[in-house]
Amino acid sequence: MSHEHAAAHEPSGLLKYVWSTDHKMIAFQYLFTGMAMALIGGFTVYVFRMQLAFPGEAVPLFGRVSASSYNALVTSHGSIMIFWVAMPVLIAAFGNYLIPLMVGCDDMAFPKVNRLSFQIFFLSAVLLTASFFVPGGAFGGAWTAYPPLSTSGVYNQTPIGATMWLVAVALEFVAFLLGGINFITTTMNSRAPGMRMFDIPIVVWMIVIASVLFMASVGPLVAGAVMLLFDQVIGTGFYDPARGGDPVLWQHLFWFFGHPEVYVVLLPAMGIVAEVMAVHARKRLFAYRTIVYTAVATSIISFFVWAHHQFVAGIDPRMASLFSVTTLIISIPVAEMVFVYIATLYGGAISLTTPMLWALAFLVEFLWGGVTGIFLGAAGSDIYFHDTYFVTAHFHYTFFPIAFIAGFAGITHWFPKMFGRMMDERLGKIHFWGTIISFNLIFLPLFITGAAGDHRRIFDYSGFPDLNLPYLQNLRIMATYALLAMIAFQVVFFYNFARSLRGGAVAGANPWKATTLEWLAASPPPHGNFPVMPTVYRGPYEYGVPDRADDFWPQYEPAGPAGQEPRLGAAGHGPAPSGAMAAPER
Amino acid sequence: MDLPTGRLGVWWVIASEIVIFGGLLASYVMNRIGHVGFGDQAAHTNVWAGGFNTFVLLTSSLSAVLAHAAAERGDGARAAKLLRYTTLGGAVFLVVKGFEWTHEIQAGFTITSSLFWSFYYTAAGLHAAHVIAGMVIMLIVAASAARNQHLQRVENIGIYWHFVDLVWIFLFPLLYIAK
Repeated sequence: MSHEHAAAHEPSGLLKYVWSTDHKMIAFQYLFTGMAMALIGGFTVYVFRMQLAFPGEAVPLFGRVSASSYNALVTSHGSIMIFWVAMPVLIAAFGNYLIPLMVGCDDMAFPKVNRLSFQIFFLSAVLLTASFFVPGGAFGGAWTAYPPLSTSGVYNQTPIGATMWLVAVALEFVAFLLGGINFITTTMNSRAPGMRMFDIPIVVWMIVIASVLFMASVGPLVAGAVMLLFDQVIGTGFYDPARGGDPVLWQHLFWFFGHPEVYVVLLPAMGIVAEVMAVHARKRLFAYRTIVYTAVATSIISFFVWAHHQFVAGIDPRMASLFSVTTLIISIPVAEMVFVYIATLYGGAISLTTPMLWALAFLVEFLWGGVTGIFLGAAGSDIYFHDTYFVTAHFHYTFFPIAFIAGFAGITHWFPKMFGRMMDERLGKIHFWGTIISFNLIFLPLFITGAAGDHRRIFDYSGFPDLNLPYLQNLRIMATYALLAMIAFQVVFFYNFARSLRGGAVAGANPWKATTLEWLAASPPPHGNFPVMPTVYRGPYEYGVPDRADDFWPQYEPAGPAGQEPRLGAAGHGPAPSGAMAAPER
Repeated sequence: MDLPTGRLGVWWVIASEIVIFGGLLASYVMNRIGHVGFGDQAAHTNVWAGGFNTFVLLTSSLSAVLAHAAAERGDGARAAKLLRYTTLGGAVFLVVKGFEWTHEIQAGFTITSSLFWSFYYTAAGLHAAHVIAGMVIMLIVAASAARNQHLQRVENIGIYWHFVDLVWIFLFPLLYIAK
């Protein structure tokens, strides 16, 4: 595979959006596709929350919500927000943008494969969006697609949408497998001279570990998706108990991927938060190696917790006990990471910039998600809570911080690098507080309604006298109003984003005074990233260094007046061989 | 790292493929162990056709190895020729499989007949798709190797072909022999 020095033949005009192999352009494509899909996912949740608050009334911009369109809306919301928002933004966009810049090379190891990855992803997004408009509408079998609901159009009422959904998800997996191969290979082979394993910034570590985790967990579900596709289209009986199949097999295949998937998106979010905290607290990241080892440990344990999603699926009770224990065990490394982050903040010179606010909010909100997860990880209490809004609220207290809070932290932190302009701080803070407060007002009520027994699959509570009580209905209405507020505050973000692209203050190469390599390049970085390929002399978090004119010591600066020897060539640590520059054609 | 980038990429591709086939075969094995009588249908498979195909596929891997050796010596023309022999082996494999499947389907064993046959066609079909993909890539690599370009790709496609082989070595006993 060759490294393209594509500066000479970078396509021009509109073609560059289709044929560019530049990792930064591909990152933007992923980012903007993810943002567009977030609008669709946000619209679906707006419609069904309105239905839950005001059952039977016509929803503005949509009309009346029928039972089957409610199913389709809920399914689409779940699938879009996870597969077409969280993954493209956190892993693909930040991974593509940051990895080559942070490890100090000119592009990904396989630029054309990278482009293919986005094209397949885009196709899957188009396919999913198109499924809204086929007869019967988008898939209505919940995002977990349990058979027999997902296998037969008789049950899910969306025969065409179900198959389109399945193919779209499978294509999305292929796209991310290709992207992951690129991330891992680039980080292994294309590092700048001098960058050893523990000089790699945490966010790159996290994205690479997440890619390995995705690769190791998604395979069985790809096989399972092929089987489900045959069940739907050809009429095989893989998941049909009447013909010897087993619907619980799908649940195992799905969650064997589905639970590691939580960590696939959590780790990049944790990585983004670590970078933002170190920079804005002007402090060396506490226990760098511990974070890496903890991330690896979390990944390994995450393969042994999947059946906690199936406590009511008729699995062996002894197995339920086992999975309860492993689920409670996995909270330990994640809690440890949170403590390490708090230790990073301790004694730092914290400046409450917008990205820092998002990073701090991530810790707080994710902690709430984790604590409520304890209720659900224990089989005994989960049997009551299963499929109630308590689960929904817990899930959103983990995933909203992951996908959106960490996403906003990353976007606001790297926006100056991406576009060469600063975002407006005042608008950023308005957007931050508006989003955080309204987010909590959506999901705190849902904990209460869930504990009272609100079931996720009910689209109109008026038929359930036990649940159709004024105080519960008021909580549902409150959650819906809070959601409307949250959607309204996103307008502030989009306005700020669009205005800052052209009208923000010029950022310069290193506005945050950060140490990692991407801040050495110009903002925005040109093709090839660096005028001169950098050499790395030290770890990525040298903040608050005494005896220097500035308080930080970038990775790319050799020993300064303090007279410290650069570490290159020190005993046992030769420079890391670089595969990207001047490498033979292999 | 001391692995060349291209080869490293191929190994990661194989790593992700192993899990895909692993999930499918694990599902098959769980069904086989868990359901009495599930595997009785395996008696109807044609062991001779499967065995012959195993032989063909393993032999085609030999010429892939020889192609790699030729590429190491810098003999691109010979590497291209050997790769085309490997592709021919893949083609023979597919033709035999075509006859075999035609025979099974005419005998009434279709993909919807029973769970065993569903797995039989799905697993072997997924494997055959990988054989076809490998053949296409191999012809592309052979075309550039004939011009003495990108000779390192000969080894990379060889590694992939060995993986396709190895999957069949798991499939053959599971689907045909274990009765």
